[in-house]
Parts: sequence; structure tokens; C-alpha cells
Amino acid sequence: MANDNKNRDPRRSRRLALGACALAALVSGCASTANNPKDPYEGFNRAMFSVNEGIDTVLAKPLAKGYDAAVPLPVKAGVGNFFGNVGDLWIGINNGLQGKPADGASDLARLLINSTIGIFGLFDVASEMGFEKHDEDFGQTLARWGVGDGGYLFWPIIGSRTLRDTGGFAVDAYADPVRWGIDNIPVRNSTYLVRFVDVRASLLPADKVVEEAALDKYSYIRDAYLQRRRSQIYDGNPPRQLED
Amino acid sequence: MKRLFACLFFGFVAASVAAQEAPDALVKRVTDEVLEIVRKDKDIQNGNARKAIELVDAKVLPHFNFQHMTALALGKEWRKATPQQQERLTQEFKTLLVRTYSNSLTAYRNEAIKYKPFTLPAGATDVLVRTEIHQPGNKPVQLDYNLEKGEAGWKVYDVVVAGISLVTNYREQFAQEVRNGGLDGLIASLASKNKSLESGTAKAEKK
Repeated sequence: MANDNKNRDPRRSRRLALGACALAALVSGCASTANNPKDPYEGFNRAMFSVNEGIDTVLAKPLAKGYDAAVPLPVKAGVGNFFGNVGDLWIGINNGLQGKPADGASDLARLLINSTIGIFGLFDVASEMGFEKHDEDFGQTLARWGVGDGGYLFWPIIGSRTLRDTGGFAVDAYADPVRWGIDNIPVRNSTYLVRFVDVRASLLPADKVVEEAALDKYSYIRDAYLQRRRSQIYDGNPPRQLED
Repeated sequence: MKRLFACLFFGFVAASVAAQEAPDALVKRVTDEVLEIVRKDKDIQNGNARKAIELVDAKVLPHFNFQHMTALALGKEWRKATPQQQERLTQEFKTLLVRTYSNSLTAYRNEAIKYKPFTLPAGATDVLVRTEIHQPGNKPVQLDYNLEKGEAGWKVYDVVVAGISLVTNYREQFAQEVRNGGLDGLIASLASKNKSLESGTAKAEKK
């Protein structure tokens, strides 16, 4: 055993190292970036990131820009409010699941007020009445229950999610009122599309900031997402992290 | 001679008032002043980057501690840098941050800023001042400032937007650059980033 090192064929060990590297590149990413504990699947993620950049450039962004330019502001606000209202039911349930019944009740009050006085949710009257809009999803609920994030992932179309939040997203999609509330498939799919375009359009102003601020766009978006998630999980008051 | 003394005296009083301004009052005063100018300036609203940068340079920069920001973004690498490297890094990072910050000013459209209640703990030298940007139909966006007390009064050393620290969001990218090309490599990529952004602005001005 002790002689092993001395007798090893240097070419063979280099080949072994290369093989290991290629294998590691498949699961993590071996190239320029040393292993980041927060991003164990970096190789996969960066590949998906460039796929998504392609989709975004040729499809999502032009759609969002067209929507942004063509649709007058009051209509855009109405669309945003409508989907916001639809989402309040699941937000309220998640607040309940996280042991915050007062917040959950407030979300259901929002749903009732905006669906009636706010005319099917087109106007966010509840916010003006002092019922603040919350931001919850099943991934946050899992985090509150103590589930670890399982590492960062980047998916085409839906973008940044940790492993936990990918599972959370699947549950969110299952619980989505658009899925179980609309029986007509073409109407349902159009509704999904409008919502997607509306969300993408709301992110257009951030595009320029990220383009200008980032040295490496992939890392910038990843780290912003991880920070943002942490803040969401703690409802905007995350405990301060120690500096190293 | 009397006049000179009077001037010196008032100058002294003014300086000490500035130094004693509480951190929350400072944030509010600077925000109000800057937004007042943006509201009246059609050029900035139309995305004139140069004018927005000038405004930030004049009104905001004096209240920021860029050296602290750069040290925070670099983490333990900061202590390994020579004083010259530290200066170059601070300069380049400052240019980049000012541009990003100015950019967001051009997107300002009369949103209301709300200041969260703040009490300065006795003897505190490091505080968080919290504000919220309210837009109709949207969830308010949190905008928080970390400030530290120095000899020249309170200075901002981090800005946190919706839970995302603008400074620590650079940690991994800086570490990545340092791993690949050392501290000088990081300086070079920051400089070339700034250069390409600057030429983009110059091109937009020619149009």
C-alpha cells in the first residue's frame, strides 16, 4: 500500500483524474469554479441557465415587452391584481400551515374583500383598507417546518429554486386555483400564459440592473435568489448572518 | 477678525450638527432631497444615466463608506490586499455600485417611501434603518440601510433591497474572480466592466 504512490503510472493517474473531473462536471461543475457548498449542481445549473437565457431572449422577453408596450397601465394593474387575488387563498392556507393564523385570516379577508368590492379581484381594495398583502408559498412552509434547502437548482422557464422549493413549487402548482378552478383546457392554458407573461413583464426593469451590476450573471441571480428566499422565509426579518 | 470668528463658529456648529444627525433622520433627509430632484427632472426620469450619476455623486456618495462596502464584499481576501489594491478595488467597486444605484433612480415613478419606526439604542454604532417603497397594486418593497457611526457621523455600508444585500451579493462573484486571477484579476474585471458600461452610456448620449 505504501508503495502504491511511487509505482503509480503518472499518465494513468492523470487519466483517472480527468475521468473523475468529467464525472464531477456532470453532477457539480468542475471547470473554473471551485465547489460552492450552496451550489452543488453548478454544472447542471449553468447548462440550464444558458438554455433558459435562449428561451428568454427569443420568446419570453419579447412577449413580455410586447405586453408591456401594448397593454395600458390600468389593465396591467388589473391583471396583476386578479392573479394576486387568486393567489391569496393559497397564501392564507400556507400562513395557517406555518402557525400564523392571524396572517392567514387576514389573507382570507383580502380574498373576500377583493373578490366582491374589488370586482373579481381587479382592484386591490383590501390593501387600501390596511390588509397587507403577504408573500407565502409551500416552499416557505416546508422551510418553517425545518426542511433544509437541499441545494440550489436552476430550471428553464421557472428559473431559480432550491431542491426544497422545487418540491414546494410542485405542490403550489397542484393547489393552484387556475388548475382546479378552470375546466376548459384552452381557457386554462391561456390563463397560465397571461400570468406567466405578466410576471415576466414585471421583472423587465430588473433586467437592466442585473445586466449592469453583475460580473457573472449566473452567480448574481443565484445569490440574489438565495438571499431573497431567506428573507421571505423569515417574513422580512432574517437573523443576521455572521461575517467570516 | 470678528467676522472670521463668527464664520468659524458657525462652520463649527454646522459641522457638529451634521455629525450628530441621527441615522434615521439622515436617511430620510437624503432620500427626500434626492427624490425631490428626480421628481422635477424629466431627463433623469427618461433614463439619462449621466445626470442620475451626477445627482448620486453630489447627494448620496458623501454618506456612504465604500471602503467598508468593498471589505465586506471581499471577506477575508480584503486583509490580504495591499493598500494600493484596496484603493483600486474600492474605486472600481464604487463606480459600479454608483451606476447600479443611479439606474434604479431613473426607474423612480412617484412611489411613496414609508419610514419604519426607529429608535437609536444608547451607545449604538451600527444600526439598521428600514424603509418601504409602496406602489399601488403591489406588495411593498423593503429597502433597508445598514449604517455605522464614524468620526464624520453616520455612514451607510450596505443597502438591502427586498432582503437582498447589494454588497454581500458580490461575495461569491468576487471570490470566483480572485480564485481565477488573484486580486489583480478582480481589479481588472471590475475595471473592464466599468469601462464597457461607460462606453454604453456614451453611445446612448450620442443618439
